Amino acid sequence: MDQDLKTELSKHGIFATTFEELYNWGRKNSVWPLTFGLACCAIEMIATTMARYDLARFGAEVFRASPRQADLMIVSGTVTKKMAPQVVRLYNQMPEPKYVISMGACAISGGPFRDGYNVLKGIDRYIPVDVHIPGCPPRPEALIHAFMALQDKISAQHLTGESRPRHLKRDLPSEFQVPELGEHGLEPQQNDEVFRNPLKVLQG
Amino acid sequence: MTLEEIRSRLEAFVPGCHAEIVVNGSPSAQNSLLIDRQHGLQAAMYLRDHPELQLDFCSNVTAVDWPDREKAEKIKTKRIVDGVEKEVEETKKTTIPGYLEVVYHLFSIAKKEGPVVLRMHTANRTDEVTLQSLTPVWRSAEFQEREAFDLFGIVFEGHPDLRRILMWEGFTDHPMRKDYVPPPDDDLEILAVSEPGA
Repeated sequence: MDQDLKTELSKHGIFATTFEELYNWGRKNSVWPLTFGLACCAIEMIATTMARYDLARFGAEVFRASPRQADLMIVSGTVTKKMAPQVVRLYNQMPEPKYVISMGACAISGGPFRDGYNVLKGIDRYIPVDVHIPGCPPRPEALIHAFMALQDKISAQHLTGESRPRHLKRDLPSEFQVPELGEHGLEPQQNDEVFRNPLKVLQG
Repeated sequence: MTLEEIRSRLEAFVPGCHAEIVVNGSPSAQNSLLIDRQHGLQAAMYLRDHPELQLDFCSNVTAVDWPDREKAEKIKTKRIVDGVEKEVEETKKTTIPGYLEVVYHLFSIAKKEGPVVLRMHTANRTDEVTLQSLTPVWRSAEFQEREAFDLFGIVFEGHPDLRRILMWEGFTDHPMRKDYVPPPDDDLEILAVSEPGA
């Protein structure tokens, strides 16, 4: 329906919408994150939920302590190689539709610990990430911004057609390979189904 | 009691023990005591139980990896060059074999004294990496000796529960050793920039 017509109708007390809009409006205003913190970013995440920043304004105040009830995983902090299999397993246990915010330098790339032997160089090696927030740690405003970006992403999703979200495409996976703790590091070192391997990207 | 006094007492009262003072040249001048590896446990017992020392608390255990070193010395020798005897300077290179070193920081809570820094060396850094565990003397050394075992590969004889503590079971490397290299394709982003054709 034409946006102008909708505005005109609303002036006469008639509210017109589509099922898609209503569905996405409901979804984007009840994204429940998983109670899950890995490092100092988690402290900022906690601050975001408290009264001063009040993530409840966006319908995300209910941090669920079980992945079965969560819609959003905020990877807040350094993912060590020892922790990575558990992070992927938690993601796999979440029901679709599910989203991931990669919060802070560490979750994006390993951050200041990138050269370490024990830190995963970005959680996007194993699970699909919807929003990245840089910062060390990002301020609560940045997390709120990321959350709003995620809401925009949700409300722009079409329920039919090629651009429909992953959970509506039956042939796409909702679980991803859990890496094993190997003799020298994680095996495999990345999941090529998810990760944009820079070696391959450069080769074209 | 000064470190020198502790050293001479150790050599006098622990039979066969050889101790030497390692001088720290920095302003803190925190010198340490290097004990031979055969008498580590006995020396530790002595330090803990002697009524004048009473080093009853081990606050820190850590390790250092000393890789093989090359020492270059300039030696003046006489040689016959073109029929004339001349003094020639030559550099002589000697390889000093590496070893693993473990460091204990000891305090006396009873005497309010410390730290006394204790060091021990392994024979080398490949196949003879065993040292006596001091966990039977100071229980607080348990986890930190496990950490030295995990990250440096020092095997502590007499440790009650010597397992890896930070890295997972099944990991085979010792990542704090100087010659540790992470898996070659660990950092794909750097690899992509440095070797575009890889």
